[in-house]
Amino acid sequence: MNARLGAIALRIAQAVPVLFGVVVISFLLTRALPGDPAAQFAGVMATPESIEQTRVKLGLDKSMPEQFATYVVQLAQGDLGQSVSTGRQVTEDLADRLPASLELTLTALLFSCAIAIPLGVLAATRPGSLIDQLCRLLVTAGVSLPTFFTGIVLIYVFYYLAGIAPSPLGRLDFAYLEPEHVTGFFLIDAAIAGDWETWFGALKQLVLPAVTLGLFTLAPIARMTRAAMLSALSADYIRTARAAGLGTTKVLYGYAFRNALLPVVTTLGMVFSFSLGANVLVEKVFAWPGIGSYAVEALVVSDYAAVQGFVLAMALLFVTLNLIIDLTYSVIDPRFGTAAK
Amino acid sequence: MINAVEPTAVKPKIGSGNFAHIIYVLKENPVTAIAFGLFTFFLLSALVGPFVVPYDPLKTDAAIALQPPSLSHWFGTDNLGRDIFSRVIVATRLDLIISVSAVALSFVIGSILGSVAGYRGGAVDVVLNRILDTIMAFPLFVLAMGIVAALGNSVANIIYATAIINIPFYARLVRAEVNIRREAGFTLAAKLSGNSDVRVLSFHIFPNALPPMMVQVSLNLGWAILNAAGLSFIGLGVRPPTPEWGIMVAEGANFIVSGEWWVAIFPGLWLMLAVFTFNLMGDGLRDIVDPRRRV
Repeated sequence: MNARLGAIALRIAQAVPVLFGVVVISFLLTRALPGDPAAQFAGVMATPESIEQTRVKLGLDKSMPEQFATYVVQLAQGDLGQSVSTGRQVTEDLADRLPASLELTLTALLFSCAIAIPLGVLAATRPGSLIDQLCRLLVTAGVSLPTFFTGIVLIYVFYYLAGIAPSPLGRLDFAYLEPEHVTGFFLIDAAIAGDWETWFGALKQLVLPAVTLGLFTLAPIARMTRAAMLSALSADYIRTARAAGLGTTKVLYGYAFRNALLPVVTTLGMVFSFSLGANVLVEKVFAWPGIGSYAVEALVVSDYAAVQGFVLAMALLFVTLNLIIDLTYSVIDPRFGTAAK
Repeated sequence: MINAVEPTAVKPKIGSGNFAHIIYVLKENPVTAIAFGLFTFFLLSALVGPFVVPYDPLKTDAAIALQPPSLSHWFGTDNLGRDIFSRVIVATRLDLIISVSAVALSFVIGSILGSVAGYRGGAVDVVLNRILDTIMAFPLFVLAMGIVAALGNSVANIIYATAIINIPFYARLVRAEVNIRREAGFTLAAKLSGNSDVRVLSFHIFPNALPPMMVQVSLNLGWAILNAAGLSFIGLGVRPPTPEWGIMVAEGANFIVSGEWWVAIFPGLWLMLAVFTFNLMGDGLRDIVDPRRRV
């Protein structure tokens, strides 16, 4: 038990230098952004003197280590600076838009898991069969799909040709009022308010972008499920279980699948990272008001605080998620911490 | 043109006795053969494409704007009356240059870093691993966006950004391969015969890492194209009117809701096909190099 606690502590300790590195990189990245932030903050009518004043006010005249120290202190207080283009705190902007991105990403992940995991299991239990070939094709085609292109094709087919999908502009059609803000997830908020018309409206907007993103994340999950399932099925304990006369279902789901799930959970972490990147593209295609499109808008006007906030927020989200996944591992897997580290 | 050299670099490594194995794999798996065929096609498009396309990819003609595909314009024309087929073919060169140079850069840098860390071990190894961990802690596309924004909006910077986010994969791979061989019998023998560390590392140990590296290269090329096209889709890097697949899809996206599908679909299809080719080739190479890793 002590070894286990030690391993958990070690894993948490390992995250610290990575977090520090993330902060350093995002600091360096934004200091290198083109354009003079002091000139931007001072505004269009600025004189050289007022730009100089702004520079001193923002602390941009200090040395790099000093600027970094200030940055870390501000960060610890949850202050990511002010966005030039929206004139608000970056933290507020991100917090406003994060639910939209999360709603999209999570729906997409649910969608792709619902398809990829059964597909992977089926392919592994019948190697060489038609469904195995289908799985292989889907996996290779899936990673070759540029998300922005899939999105455009889906819009063309389902909006222009079939006319089933609503116009690909944002989270909710103009005809509906936004549900009262509770979680920021429109589906949940509308359900809490009991407003099912809005719920369906939000769902209709969500389907196409979520499927676009889901098609992209489907491939790695199916691939990993299939591989993990294959290696689990060829393990000795499965042979033993079969020899002991356990039923096929019990062997398949009680033993093989549960063991195969561990690497799949790890892959999910990686896939989440991919989808955070792909999110940016999907949000641009569907005019989805999430943090991805926020970052793209900020990039165009080189709004450095906003870009910095976005990159940092994404990395923090990802590091935390990986930590949670590894810690979940320690709960699921009794071997955790017993192996030599 | 590093990838033109790679297959030949792998073959002598495997040995002529295994040449039959390659033929066998190609026969067994016609998909791999198709992939190599498609790859030749893309390579030809990149080399001679600009000389054989029927129209000037930059020439605008308002009179024939937004025409659907026809015999004279196979892929139709865009909103400025430019021939999409010519643009798609000409774009191949730029897209391949971006991905090949990015992958080559990360191959070289990753190999050096990984070899040194794997061979030396100790503090160097720990520090390198921490740095790689930090890079991997970012969602890679987001990091690439940040790098391009920071370095400035140009094609060269897209290449650097794509290279940086790919380095960890190569460095990790080489590190592992070098690490398991640093105490191997042949290494010790080479050292005893008076070879310098650099020589042992680069001529005795490193070549062993090449086969798995080739697989990685092929898989990464496709990914590098996707990445570069994604960056130009959101307006970073390549600027109009330069023909490039990502930016052409972005331009075409505005016309998709009004039914002019060909402007975005053809460049997108080409992009997809190129990535698909590299991925299939990677899978095929893996079957040839290491059948056990096939999943």
